[in-house]
Amino acid sequence: MKNLSSRTASWLMLGAVLSSVLIYFFPLWQITLYAPQYPQGIRMYIWINKITGDDPYTLQNINILNHYVGMKDIDPHAVPELSYFPFVLAGIIFLGLIAWIIKNRWFYLTWAILYAILGAIAIYDFYQWEYDYGHHLSPTAPIKVPGMAYQPPLIGMKHLLNFTAISLPHWATFFLALSILLGVIAYYCCRSSYNKRNTDQQPVVPDTLKSSFVLFHE
Amino acid sequence: MKPKQFFLSRLQLLWVWGFAALFAWLLQACHSSQSGAIQHSDAAEAVYVPPGKYDEFYAFLSGGYNGQVSVYGLPSGRLFKIIPVFSVNPENGYGYSEETKPLLMTSYGFIPWDDAHHSELSQTEGVPDGRWLFINANNTPRVARIDLKTFETVETIEIPNSAGNHSSPFVTENTEYVVAGTRFSVPTPQEDVPIDSYKKNFKGVLSFIKVQPSGNMDLAFQVMMPGFDYDLAHAGKSKSKDWVFFTCYNSEEAHTLLEVNASQKDKDFVAAINWKKAEEYVQQGKYHQMPGIYYDNRFDTSTQTAHSIVHQGVKVLIPSECPGLVYFIPAPKSPHGVDVDPSGNYIVANGKLNADLSVFSFDKIQQAIEQKQFDGNVDGIPVLKFDAVLAGVVKSGGLGPLHTEFDDKGNAYTTFFISSEVVKWKLGTWQVEDRQPTFYSPGHLMIPGGDSHKPWGKYLVALNKITKDRYLPTGPELCQSAQLFDISGDKMKLLLDFPTVGEPHYAQAIPASILMPRSDKIYSLANNKNPFVTKTEKDAKVVRTGRRVDVYMTEIRSHFVPDNIEGIRLGDTVYFHVTNIEQDWDAAHGFAVEGNQNNAELLLMPGQTKTLKWIPQRVGVFPFYCTDFCSALHQEMQGYVRVSPANEQIALTWSTGKE
Repeated sequence: MKNLSSRTASWLMLGAVLSSVLIYFFPLWQITLYAPQYPQGIRMYIWINKITGDDPYTLQNINILNHYVGMKDIDPHAVPELSYFPFVLAGIIFLGLIAWIIKNRWFYLTWAILYAILGAIAIYDFYQWEYDYGHHLSPTAPIKVPGMAYQPPLIGMKHLLNFTAISLPHWATFFLALSILLGVIAYYCCRSSYNKRNTDQQPVVPDTLKSSFVLFHE
Repeated sequence: MKPKQFFLSRLQLLWVWGFAALFAWLLQACHSSQSGAIQHSDAAEAVYVPPGKYDEFYAFLSGGYNGQVSVYGLPSGRLFKIIPVFSVNPENGYGYSEETKPLLMTSYGFIPWDDAHHSELSQTEGVPDGRWLFINANNTPRVARIDLKTFETVETIEIPNSAGNHSSPFVTENTEYVVAGTRFSVPTPQEDVPIDSYKKNFKGVLSFIKVQPSGNMDLAFQVMMPGFDYDLAHAGKSKSKDWVFFTCYNSEEAHTLLEVNASQKDKDFVAAINWKKAEEYVQQGKYHQMPGIYYDNRFDTSTQTAHSIVHQGVKVLIPSECPGLVYFIPAPKSPHGVDVDPSGNYIVANGKLNADLSVFSFDKIQQAIEQKQFDGNVDGIPVLKFDAVLAGVVKSGGLGPLHTEFDDKGNAYTTFFISSEVVKWKLGTWQVEDRQPTFYSPGHLMIPGGDSHKPWGKYLVALNKITKDRYLPTGPELCQSAQLFDISGDKMKLLLDFPTVGEPHYAQAIPASILMPRSDKIYSLANNKNPFVTKTEKDAKVVRTGRRVDVYMTEIRSHFVPDNIEGIRLGDTVYFHVTNIEQDWDAAHGFAVEGNQNNAELLLMPGQTKTLKWIPQRVGVFPFYCTDFCSALHQEMQGYVRVSPANEQIALTWSTGKE
């Protein structure tokens, strides 16, 4: 019979996996552009597998505005990451499930570290794309402002000519961070249960809420 | 004691001054309540809509002799849009583009102008619902329907056997029918007869146009009436919902100098028509099939193209053969407007050469019909006894009542053309409650929902025919005006006075909260089924078929594809099929080409395709350009079309961005 903390860790790991699944259903990042002609703003959403906007025409409308300063069209089909990132995530989820099944605390930690590294790479990759769009401008652009680049911020607000760009993580990034966090906590949880294994014989409480209560009191 | 006496006398002096001030204030208050004007700053605040904020109501004012509808905001009086309906509008290509030309087709051919009188919102259960706006053409009889998603004319239907479609286009309670009564009686069917055979040969038809759930209109039937002038109409509501009431003048049946000859009888009529009965008679086949060619022009929103359907023949009911279909109610002095109160019980006939208003009761009308209280008949139409159906008389003290609208508190408001005022009176007591001058001579008046089952009785707009000294003079031709009153209190308060476009007759208004969410932002390019659409720049092309050249062209900020066209020859007819491939709100483009005889420009909203015909007149290279300041590089949005002599064999080529 397993002790409480080991069970808690198992629940946490399952939570981490489910939270990772949610990444498919929410955008990772949101970039909002404001201009005098767009008082309500134009919103662009970056997902694990696509780029969308307020309506089906948002990307086209942003591209029309961007072409005046020589920026390339934002074309989701030209971003290969959007086609293979979903599979990378699927792999992570698969590994997470294995970790959950074999219930090895070192597996938990390895999983979380791998996840964090891949997440950081993804964010760096996103930054690279932003840099590319913002700096590689057409030499025949109708509007050329010397020294001006149009890279939106990774996080935060930036004024780009007539536009104010606000870039912020969205729900899926939160779920990604939560997954990693849960993986790390599961590792620590297991470690403490290992330490107490021989002394602590408490009754089983299969309730997740109770588990988290225990978690916070350790 | 002396100082004390002195003190008292100073106190008395204070009292005197106090009384004097009070008297002066009372005098002032009395004076201002007489003139009805409120403090300027209060009025300004009441109509002030801060920049970026929205008006509370949309108002649709008919354009009269400009053949259009103007859309204003209330209470600000700001003009938002002019919707072309019965007149060509070179400004946006309405009536010039190949897609819209059919909307102005009639059995007489293409008619580029008309006189649009009465706007009428579609209703559901007697309440304006914001689906469509109808408006009549008075000169060449037609009724048009405007879609309030796009604020564009989407249908025009011609009325055969009619002449001067004035008592139109009033709707029944659930927009089952739109009515169209003739103001001028004519030989029906038309024939070559002496004018002085009027009494023998002239008839007046009242038409009922069925409105389908899709909005499409079909001429259902006509009622052949005596040769009077059918002036205005309104449908009943609630208990009177099966009836439509038409006023008429010239029951004298004069055909010349009507000013005198049609003003001789003490009473003319309100014709009460039971349209449910009419439907039954039509179903029973008790109609006469009469000749009459008429056009029904429908704008298909998916192809963005109008098509004409030509109809032949119409079902006509003869009242003498259809008992219970029509009754005449005697109404004093050439009645003009006929208005039904929100309950549907009271029918107000505004006798335009009279001082008083006659109000009839629907209950009494039903009773009189049941008890056969008739005063003879006209051409087999029973005339109801005046006293048997009269509910009350409003002793107005004014002269020349024309139209009445209602608020939601049991009050009625009537315009008086001759005495130039609006008079407020109470339904049931028939007592005058208030009167305010207008500047000058109002025709119609309008309260949002004021002819419906549910008036929004906050504002009243009087539509004045004469402005004289009210604005900066603009030579001999002056504008008409609208005057906005606050009617939320016991007394009407004049808030605003603003000039109008054309000559508004009737108007309608509806809360912005109903209409605003319905308004489209763009036309969907994906759903654009125009046969000449060009959805992407790659699809742009130029096609020659004999002497006809079709240019499939796109517009997007800030260029055309193609913008260089060669291989056009003198004698060709060129059709520019231009598609605005933008899908961004308010990203409009225009298109114009030099030397386009008898033609105009195109304005294209996002996702829209329109076609402009161009017959080159000369050899040379001619520019075309975007006419709507679309973007920072709007001035660069231009192109060239080369026209070669008729016998030159220049290859047909087209491109954009090729050096």
